[in-house]
Amino acid sequence: MMEVYLDNGATTKVDPRAVDVMISFMLKDYGNPSSVHSLGQNAEEHLEKARETIALKVNAKRDEIIFTSGGTESDNLAIRGVAHKKGSGHIITSKIEHPAVLNTCKRLENEGFSVTYLGVDKEGFIDIKELEDAITDKTILISIMHVNNEIGVIQDLESIGRIAKEKGVIFHSDTVQSFTKVPIDVEKMNLSMASFASHKIHGPKGVGALYIKKGIGIDKLLYGGHQEKDLRPGTQNMPAIMGFAKAAELMTDDDLARMQKLRDRLAEGILDEVKDCFLNGSKDKRSVNNVNISFRYIEGESILLHLDMHGISVSTGSACSSQSLRPSHVLTALGLKAEEAHGSVRFTLSRFTTEAEIDHTIEAVRSVIPDLRKMSPLKKGMEDMKWDEVDHDHA
Amino acid sequence: MMAMYSEKVMEHFKHPHNMGEMEDADAVGKKGNPACGDVMYVYLKIKDNVIVDIRFQTMGCAAAIATSSMITDLAKGKTLDEALKITKSDVAAELGGLPPLKMHCSNLAADALLDAIKNYREKKKAGAA
Ligand SMILES: Cc1ncc(COP(=O)(O)O)c(C=O)c1O
Ligand code: FES
Repeated sequence: MMEVYLDNGATTKVDPRAVDVMISFMLKDYGNPSSVHSLGQNAEEHLEKARETIALKVNAKRDEIIFTSGGTESDNLAIRGVAHKKGSGHIITSKIEHPAVLNTCKRLENEGFSVTYLGVDKEGFIDIKELEDAITDKTILISIMHVNNEIGVIQDLESIGRIAKEKGVIFHSDTVQSFTKVPIDVEKMNLSMASFASHKIHGPKGVGALYIKKGIGIDKLLYGGHQEKDLRPGTQNMPAIMGFAKAAELMTDDDLARMQKLRDRLAEGILDEVKDCFLNGSKDKRSVNNVNISFRYIEGESILLHLDMHGISVSTGSACSSQSLRPSHVLTALGLKAEEAHGSVRFTLSRFTTEAEIDHTIEAVRSVIPDLRKMSPLKKGMEDMKWDEVDHDHA
Repeated sequence: MMAMYSEKVMEHFKHPHNMGEMEDADAVGKKGNPACGDVMYVYLKIKDNVIVDIRFQTMGCAAAIATSSMITDLAKGKTLDEALKITKSDVAAELGGLPPLKMHCSNLAADALLDAIKNYREKKKAGAA
């Protein structure tokens, strides 16, 4: 059976070229970059080269990049770092952020900070005017993600950055999903901070980076040695950092163009042929690798498992497959009804996705969806359904 | 995801028994699951107080579909009183257990069956009166 991995929004396969680099930093160049001898200094040189590689990708300077353990740590360090430095104040973010941002902000609310969670329109965009109006003289930070991990919508960071600059507010963006896939220019976007994660770009897990513009003061989360500009103590994870930098170099414009073509082939192949389904998010301002479709009258976990039987890996925003039994907070923020979020499926492509894999997926979706609908009472029963209370606490 | 379900659950999920609509049902039971938004219909064909045929339609996760399928197996051929005694834990046990987070899905099947039998008895009472 053909194996088709379309869950690259969750994580990606490590590029073999990145693996080769990693191995050599375990077996050969295994020095500690803080050591003074040659083995250490050799590691230090490579570390700075890796920093430069990441910086160049987003038009930053080498000494504005610090390495972390991944997207979650970068988001925490950025947001908590500013909050704790300032001591009190107001933060603006959106309702569709990744939990790494949302739960950090919720925690800060408990610590006495106030937070505005901006809503989004039906395609997933925040309202720039609403953002501007939300800024007060207490506002210490704006944190708005670039590409949303569920629906792939691309926020207009340039406009947000312009406002942040005018008002003199620090601007952070979770750019974990956009890095290498959607252009990021920290100068043009006036970004003060941006979070990156290696495992979304065919690098290893457990490593990431935070861009911090020179002059932005933040508090650190961890205490220890003076590594990473004294902001992130601990011996650098050299093999992972080198694999991350290698992976960042490998994405080409051709890859992006091919992914976009396959993305559209997949979306059209499903939307044109399968009844009662619709695309979530924006058609145009959308990451090159994301297709998110809601299928009415059926449930996402069942779709996911049936596709899995066809060798296809996807994810869903269905309440049934979440720990909380609530539908995805992103789809809910778009205004989708619970039953519309229920049948949502996310397909996320990678540089390695082939046309044959996409065609296999289209074919599988076209057979799985009608099969599951035969099992569903909803199509005809939606109107007369009575939503009796069922006592779940006794389940 | 597969690993979180027992083999039995996956078997019923992949090949559900007694699935589909019944045009000439003597009673229909409907239940919605407010926790996650799932829905089940149960159709009964009843003769001399015995469930001679039963079918279901379910919109829900693998656990909901498997418990629906299992309860139809358990109820078929039983008298109404016997069928009423089938509990959600019976269904879960027959399936080799359900993940804790998915136990609530088995309510759906047991409650929909209960609803169908209740509707049948009310209809009979109304018809007799
Ligand atoms: C938008 C976004 N932010 C943050 C993260 C967290 O990154 P990590 O898994 O590296 O901690 C992810 C990935 O899950 C993500 O998609
Ligand atoms: S039916 Fe929703 S969790 Fe099982």
